[in-house]
Amino acid sequence: MFQLTEDQVDLAEAVAGFCRETLAPTVEADDEHQVFRPELFRAMGEQGFLGVPTPEEHGGLGLGYFEYCVVLEEIAKVSASYAVTVAVNGLPQVILGQFGTEEQKAEWLPKLAAGEALGAFALSEPESGSDAGAMKTTAERRGDTYVLNGTKFWITHGGVADIYICMARTGGPGPKGVSAFILPGDATGLSFGKKENKMGLRASPTVELVLDDVVIPAANRIGEEGFGFNVAMAALDSGRITIAASGVGLSQAALDYAGVYATERKQFKKPIIDFQGVSFMLADMACKIESSRLLVHKAAWLRDQGLPYANIAAMAKCVATDTAMSVTTDAVQVLGGYGYTKEHPVERYMRDAKVMQIVEGTNQIQRLVIGRHLKRGWMR
Amino acid sequence: MNIGVCAKISPHADARIKIKSDGSGVDTKGEKLVVGDYDEYAVEEAIRTKEAHKGAVTAFTVGATSDEKLVRSGALALGVDKAVLISDDAAVNAGPLGTAKLLAAAIKEAGCEIVFTGKAATDDGNSQVSAMIAELLGWAQVSQVTKFAIEGTSFTATRAMDAGVLQIVSGSLPVVITCEDGLNDPRYPKLPDIMKAKRKPLSKIGAGDLGLADVAATSSESNFAPPPPRPASRIIEGDAASAAQELVRLLREEAKVI
Ligand SMILES: Cc1cc2nc3c(=O)[nH]c(=O)nc-3n(C[C@H](O)[C@H](O)[C@H](O)COP(=O)(O)OP(=O)(O)OC[C@H]3O[C@@H](n4cnc5c(N)ncnc54)[C@H](O)[C@@H]3O)c2cc1C
Repeated sequence: MFQLTEDQVDLAEAVAGFCRETLAPTVEADDEHQVFRPELFRAMGEQGFLGVPTPEEHGGLGLGYFEYCVVLEEIAKVSASYAVTVAVNGLPQVILGQFGTEEQKAEWLPKLAAGEALGAFALSEPESGSDAGAMKTTAERRGDTYVLNGTKFWITHGGVADIYICMARTGGPGPKGVSAFILPGDATGLSFGKKENKMGLRASPTVELVLDDVVIPAANRIGEEGFGFNVAMAALDSGRITIAASGVGLSQAALDYAGVYATERKQFKKPIIDFQGVSFMLADMACKIESSRLLVHKAAWLRDQGLPYANIAAMAKCVATDTAMSVTTDAVQVLGGYGYTKEHPVERYMRDAKVMQIVEGTNQIQRLVIGRHLKRGWMR
Repeated sequence: MNIGVCAKISPHADARIKIKSDGSGVDTKGEKLVVGDYDEYAVEEAIRTKEAHKGAVTAFTVGATSDEKLVRSGALALGVDKAVLISDDAAVNAGPLGTAKLLAAAIKEAGCEIVFTGKAATDDGNSQVSAMIAELLGWAQVSQVTKFAIEGTSFTATRAMDAGVLQIVSGSLPVVITCEDGLNDPRYPKLPDIMKAKRKPLSKIGAGDLGLADVAATSSESNFAPPPPRPASRIIEGDAASAAQELVRLLREEAKVI
């Protein structure tokens, strides 16, 4: 677990090669203009990047979260937006794989894993973010259907997704009244509000969903009524590992860029890396990245072994994305004024890092999760 | 169609070349090794030919036993069906002619009707082996191919000559096609194919298995040395018009290249 196997290195190299040649040339302009390219998503599907941990019988690679993290780290080195696309498209796969019926799996998993369908996850609302259990969107049972009404906010792939896993209230207040549904992208009554104009992650569309008497078959419910919050939380436990892995990739890209720059940039007649103030900063960045990666790999490994992993996944998410924020900020510092301009990618890394501390549960919420786990262990 | 492709494992084009301390050759220890640049075009063209005309592709490599991994990732993972790695001591020490003899014998044994090779290996860049294979097999050879098509048992190949002149060569199979930059755009391995490549057949054989006794190099190489360091670049000062004039003068009078 402390070293990648030959197979994992091969995967990483194949992903890195594709990202360098196909993804990298689009990154700068798409960040500037907030463009998401469905054709790049499909190409990633063809390359096999989208269903790494999904079983082979459902069109995935049947590998572990460990390999999934290796793939995500490589994508994030080039584009945090597309790493998030792969991670978010993975959420419906992990949800249906774990809780879906055979029909639901057969219908959606192969398409999601192949990039023939784009997946999304709709939990947050304008007034319920961290407190997702307070959501207001309702799903009312009518015969063989459910009728959904409400607003979902911040939805990655909103407007372009083919399938949303949508959480809505079927019962009383609080988490126990929530159920999970498959909401097709072309459902009647589903429309899209504003697309957020964001600080970072700009190639990833974040859009409001408006549900106005959306009728879906009752067979689209995932699990029992009232089980939706468990579905969402289980997905987030896994999703945290993927965001953490993306954070590691982003950090590594920032360090590598800053390191090369520091060996080339001269001030006072020396490469700036020869000043202890700079080299110690780079050393600290490297230490943080290395420890984040180990934590991410441990979380993935625990999950792959079928051991409890939620607590370590929360730690990995917290540490790796706090690291991404600090390392990308320091990378800008290493480049000085040049780092603050769009001539170099480090300012984008810094903007992209920020959102990783917010999505899939803010890092305050991660600490809350970790604290609860600790308390449970200490309580007699 | 029974298609062959010759792929040599060489240092990556970005590798920092180190020379062995006794000057007897290049030290590839710790270097990133890959299927050579031009051979990548050959692998891609072989796979495209299979996709267009059905059949199977066999890769042939003369090299070290440790090249197996790279043949798997650089050929089998892309769509080549099986590989022959000729890797005994005799093979490792074969010169260009010996290498061609080994490859020709293996190609003959495999019953290929067409063979793709790179224009040159990325490391020694001899450009000898493909022509020798064709000669040994008694086949036609077309060099520096930038466009290629097969119809029935005949082929048409476009050769890139100097100064942008193109030559179109047609003929009938069997043929050795030597691939030039620009012939195609090599693909990346898909992740599932990387996994499958581990299970594809790869036979490791030696010169003796091909009935060849003497393939030792007929020439030897020595006194490897790094090229002299490049002189520092010169910056021509001044506005665009006068700088351009000065540049032309220097190119003509000092560098004598125009
Ligand atoms: C780019 C982007 C993409 C997103 N994609 C999706 C998506 O695809 N699907 C989806 O459902 N959601 C998505 N989200 C929403 C995201 O999950 C929420 O933004 C996040 O959960 C935080 O909710 P909030 O923004 O409402 O902040 P709030 O919950 O209002 O939090 C505000 C601040 O208060 C802190 N806070 C809140 N409660 C506590 C507490 N109990 N203890 C300590 N601190 C607390 C938070 O940490 C934060 O600092 C996305 C958001 C962004 C920015």
